[in-house]
Amino acid sequence: MQAVPINHFLILAAILFGLGVVGVVSRRNAIIIFMSIELMLNAVNLTFISFSNYLNDIEGQIFVFMVMVVAAAEVAVGLAIIVAIFRLRETVHVDDIKLLKW
Amino acid sequence: MVELILFWVFALLAVGGAFGVVVHPNPAKSALLLVLTFFALAGEYVLLMAHFIAIVHVAVYAGAIMVLFLFVIMLLNVPEETRTSRLWGIMRYAGFSLAIILFAEIGYFGFKGFQTAYVQETDLGTVERIGQALFSKYVLPFEIASILLLVAMLGALYLSKRKLEIVGDGKAAPAGKKAEEVLVEE
Repeated sequence: MQAVPINHFLILAAILFGLGVVGVVSRRNAIIIFMSIELMLNAVNLTFISFSNYLNDIEGQIFVFMVMVVAAAEVAVGLAIIVAIFRLRETVHVDDIKLLKW
Repeated sequence: MVELILFWVFALLAVGGAFGVVVHPNPAKSALLLVLTFFALAGEYVLLMAHFIAIVHVAVYAGAIMVLFLFVIMLLNVPEETRTSRLWGIMRYAGFSLAIILFAEIGYFGFKGFQTAYVQETDLGTVERIGQALFSKYVLPFEIASILLLVAMLGALYLSKRKLEIVGDGKAAPAGKKAEEVLVEE
């Protein structure tokens, strides 16, 4: 038996997720928006692992493994798109790239 | 007791790093602060007895993904963000209020329950247990993940290889004529 309650980890994950939301909504640099998305994915991973320990079930950790795979794929393609946009537009500022926005 | 102290050290490092990522104007320093957050999170995973995930987390996130981020930042030579947009003021308040609502929702759930549930001593996160699960019950998702990675690699290659040009001016469309932006192959 250890001394750390599970809810400490859950609240830490909630704080990190909230900070990620602030980053996505308030920052205008596409790369930093991407980093904030990574932050949110990591908060979710922390929740998964907390519940994996709480329920003594390995499925949460397998799911974290899959989330990491998807995050790696997402970053590879997303950064390629950002580089392509930069080659066309010379900017990564999302206010300058709004052709598809209403 | 040692675990509780370690938890608070790692938690403060993670939250401080995450806060730095969100507020720092320089993308390169943001990326380095994110690496700090990832290392602190790996410490939390070890405290939760998920040793394999902790190691993979450092290798994949701090080792691969953040190197990719720093590489792109270096290639693009992104300037520091200047907050000239008038939208920024609105978005900042929207962001903080959204985040507080979200935190209240998620955090209340975490705060309400699990107060008497403590971290269990278990061998759940060892390489042996993860490997057994991954190569027996979860072998199909594991193989599909490899296909996903292959597709992502091909997509990234394809996006970076071909010649790009803007067709049309890419500005707002005049009446009757749509400005279209087409990626043209060479």
